Amino acid sequence: MEVEAGDAVERARSGDSDAFRLLVEQHSHAIFRLAFRMTGNEQDAEDVVQETFLRAYRQLNKYEARSSFSTWLFRIASNYSLDLIRMRKRHEDRRERATSEEHDILNVIPVDTPGPDRIVYGTEVQQKVSAALDQLSAQERTAFVLRHFEGLSIEEIGESLGTGTNATKHSIFRAVQKLRKSLEPVVGHAR
Amino acid sequence: MNHVSEEQFVLLYYGEARDRGAIDRHLDDCEACRAEYRALQLVLNTVDSAPVPARSAEYGAEVWQRIEKRLGARKRSRWSPARWWIWAPVMTALLVVAFLAGRFTHKPTGGELAKNQQIRERILLVAVGDHLERSQMVLAELSNAASGKGKLDITDERQMANELLEDNRLYRQTAHSTGDTTVSNVLDDLERVLIEIAHSPTQVSNDQLEELQRQIESRGLLFKVRVLGSRVREQEIAPGAKDKDSKKL
Repeated sequence: MEVEAGDAVERARSGDSDAFRLLVEQHSHAIFRLAFRMTGNEQDAEDVVQETFLRAYRQLNKYEARSSFSTWLFRIASNYSLDLIRMRKRHEDRRERATSEEHDILNVIPVDTPGPDRIVYGTEVQQKVSAALDQLSAQERTAFVLRHFEGLSIEEIGESLGTGTNATKHSIFRAVQKLRKSLEPVVGHAR
Repeated sequence: MNHVSEEQFVLLYYGEARDRGAIDRHLDDCEACRAEYRALQLVLNTVDSAPVPARSAEYGAEVWQRIEKRLGARKRSRWSPARWWIWAPVMTALLVVAFLAGRFTHKPTGGELAKNQQIRERILLVAVGDHLERSQMVLAELSNAASGKGKLDITDERQMANELLEDNRLYRQTAHSTGDTTVSNVLDDLERVLIEIAHSPTQVSNDQLEELQRQIESRGLLFKVRVLGSRVREQEIAPGAKDKDSKKL
């Protein structure tokens, strides 16, 4: 598959739009999943998917085959997502500073929400997970998503984001600490 | 061995612990650490339950359809000197119609536009949408550029900024003359930054790059351009529908 992808990249570089279409069709699902997990927003994720391929197209001559094409796309997508999250956060901070308590995870779903039903419980856990991910800083969320969901090594993430291994490791540790703080009361309830 | 630290647990969970053998042996003997690790596993396994909206099997083809036109638009942008002279008079006429109709920020007055006007507006929206997308691209490229040891080559960004400036002036002047201050203000901010980029050297130092980034950031420009671009695209996709919450930027 990688050989085929490599062939498609070479053909796309030489101006073969069908080859680039093939790459878009092959990688769109994975980029969407990554983007949604990073941004937590469906429309933003769609924007990231499109922007990722537009940038990839523009920068095809910069792609070096030492990393896989999908990893290269992940790098573009994660950097753009990071930018998007930061911009959104800055904007929201300014706009909604007065109502920042709305972001308190404990207020997302009241603790005493009744929910013995398994489906309701599952939905509640999912919402808590989404809210917990929203509590992470842009850097923490990006590093965590790339490690946890996409299986990139800490070294690869550090290289992709330009943050280095140690800083990436600490971003992931902080993310895990925050997730534990938010989610342990929830999953503890399930045990 | 001392108790396992939280950091070691995290690395163990992701298969990146260096001293895995020693940790495993410790876990065999230490109930407290086993319980701690189980708690961590439970939380991280639960994170996997975060849902991702499904996409159809044709999603890749849909994405291609959406970007194909924009890839073409980007290629055309390199011929922009010719494009400017060919399209400028048409653009001016169309912009006046579009801005007067308050496409971007105002509710329609109730009167129906003639069919030919709607067609021309639609052409205009595509042009303005492309302009904002390409502007967004330049701003995002520079905002995302990381400072390094040497100088950064921004030849492509300079060239695009130069190309965008002429169109931007036209759109801004039209918006201003028709009283659409929201659009005019965004385009005015955009123009100042485009001028800075266009007048920058092809190789910028870290300080120069940071100054450009500061200008982009201090004006909240990338966000404004993105929001305005999205609004225009919405109009382009659904020309009959108006943005319900068409707020001023």
